[in-house]
Amino acid sequence: MTTTPPLVLIRDLSKSYRRGDQIIPVLDNLSLDIPAGEFLALMGPSGSGKSTLLNLIAGIDSADSGRLEVGGIDIRPLSERELARWRAGHIGFIFQFYNLIPVLTAFENVELPLLLTDLPRQQRRDHVELVLGLVGLADRSDHYPGQLSGGQQQRVAIARALVADPSIIVADEPTGDLDRHSAEEVLELLEKLVHDFGKTVIMVTHDPRAADKAHVVRQLEKGVLM
Amino acid sequence: MFILKLILRNVFRHRLRSLLTVVGVAIAILAFGMLRTLTGLWEEGMKHASPIRLVTRNATSLIFPLPIAYLERIRQLPGVTRVAHGVWFGGIYIDEKNFFASYAVEPRNYLALYPEMVVPPPQRDAFFRERKGCMVGASLANRFGWKLGDPIVLRGTIYPGDWEFILQAIYRGKDKTVDERGFIFHWDYFNEKLRMTAPEQADQTGFFMVGVSRPEVAATVSETIDRSFKNSLAETITETEETFHLNFLAMTEAILIVIEIVSYVVIAIIMVVAANTMAMTARERTAEYATLKTIGFGPGHIAGIICGESIAIALLGGAIGIVLTFPAAQMIETALSDYFPFFSVTPKTLIYEALASLGIGVAAAVLPTWRGATIRIAEGLRRVG
Repeated sequence: MTTTPPLVLIRDLSKSYRRGDQIIPVLDNLSLDIPAGEFLALMGPSGSGKSTLLNLIAGIDSADSGRLEVGGIDIRPLSERELARWRAGHIGFIFQFYNLIPVLTAFENVELPLLLTDLPRQQRRDHVELVLGLVGLADRSDHYPGQLSGGQQQRVAIARALVADPSIIVADEPTGDLDRHSAEEVLELLEKLVHDFGKTVIMVTHDPRAADKAHVVRQLEKGVLM
Repeated sequence: MFILKLILRNVFRHRLRSLLTVVGVAIAILAFGMLRTLTGLWEEGMKHASPIRLVTRNATSLIFPLPIAYLERIRQLPGVTRVAHGVWFGGIYIDEKNFFASYAVEPRNYLALYPEMVVPPPQRDAFFRERKGCMVGASLANRFGWKLGDPIVLRGTIYPGDWEFILQAIYRGKDKTVDERGFIFHWDYFNEKLRMTAPEQADQTGFFMVGVSRPEVAATVSETIDRSFKNSLAETITETEETFHLNFLAMTEAILIVIEIVSYVVIAIIMVVAANTMAMTARERTAEYATLKTIGFGPGHIAGIICGESIAIALLGGAIGIVLTFPAAQMIETALSDYFPFFSVTPKTLIYEALASLGIGVAAAVLPTWRGATIRIAEGLRRVG
């Protein structure tokens, strides 16, 4: 019998911030396994370290100590440049405030991750149209973010996270800035990514209704998993 | 291509802010161009200095005269083709504000030595014939509405009294670098009057213009002239016309330096203003840069976006400033023709203006670019605008 290794393996991970002379611990010897294809919700009060953990898994912040492997790659020793390349290929990001570039259309925003690949223009176009269709915004591809509702903007952000076909989608409060109806649509999309496309979704949320959609819910308090 | 697209769209993102910055840069480049053109006029003045013309003056100072008796001795020296002589007269017309360059010269040799002063032969001959005749530049004639045959009275500031002339000739410059505001008249008439009113000042001249056969002999001829009058009561200094002008202009060097400093200060000020604008812009877009870095774009991409926007704005402003330089120079030339015989923008000035625009763009971008390119992603993402 063989055991499938987890997609994300975290052992004794610690992270602290320095504020002046003070050192503020955020994560304290945290260990966690996240199997491929899981929809994990991280919950906890503000300042508990949820977003910090998400950032560490996504390779946009660095831990002080411990082990962090994603897809069998130890990402802690990677340089900035290597991490950027790794993120482009493996991680899709969804932010609370969508973080779309306002001067780019929905199509152009979604195309951004593909500009770092060698894909020719036509293939990029095909990919973008496919994911915009998937999030139900095929007819809004020429719209600028300012011309879209919050829910639509977040769906564009999901399309952008998805377009380069990453194995992991990290979502930091993806419904935090949305009304109930839009939040439902976004959560349904995230579920779809897991069920239909086999993506692993790691979501930070305060919203219990959002957490209900996840397979696994983990609570973080003062940098420790409950 | 993507970077270029993003740069261009960012330039027009905050239209009012970009517009004000572009206008600021345009005005600064225009002012810089005007000031550089002004200093360039000094250099332009050197261009029509001939290498086969020498100026002999009193070794003590330009204000001391030389005996007219030197004329024949200089003329006979080897290498000398022609000699004219003249005196700075310093007359004013009606009122003190109507001051212009006026010389008493020996006209035949003087005009032969200055072929760049173009005068119709009948007028030239009339001027030669009429002892009280004078010849003026077209610009000066226009200024006072003088026409051929008009009587003109100048009041002497160095040589007192009213001096009467009859306008016999109007010259034009061979090209626009030649000053058309000169007033020349017969030294013989000048000397004759001095003999009656101030005999101790008669039979003297202020300078000799010496023509030589070719530029290579200029140094030898200069030495020979000065050696000839060594240990005399009025020793001489002979130098090429260009050196003479340069030495004369050295007296105004401080003004030139001040103008140059002001031109650079103008650029420095707009650099600070543009840098502030770019810093503000980059600070507002920190989350966007962090997002792009999150997606996988590197510091080089971010630097390109910020620096490119700054340079695009500066070059746009610079281009407008450069284009405006031409009508502005034309306006100055027309409005201030009494002070500037010409006010032409040279290719060198245009290159300086373009480089200054580029410099503004690069300098304004340095700090924001560095900040944007080096910002930590997690920190940048927290700054949602």
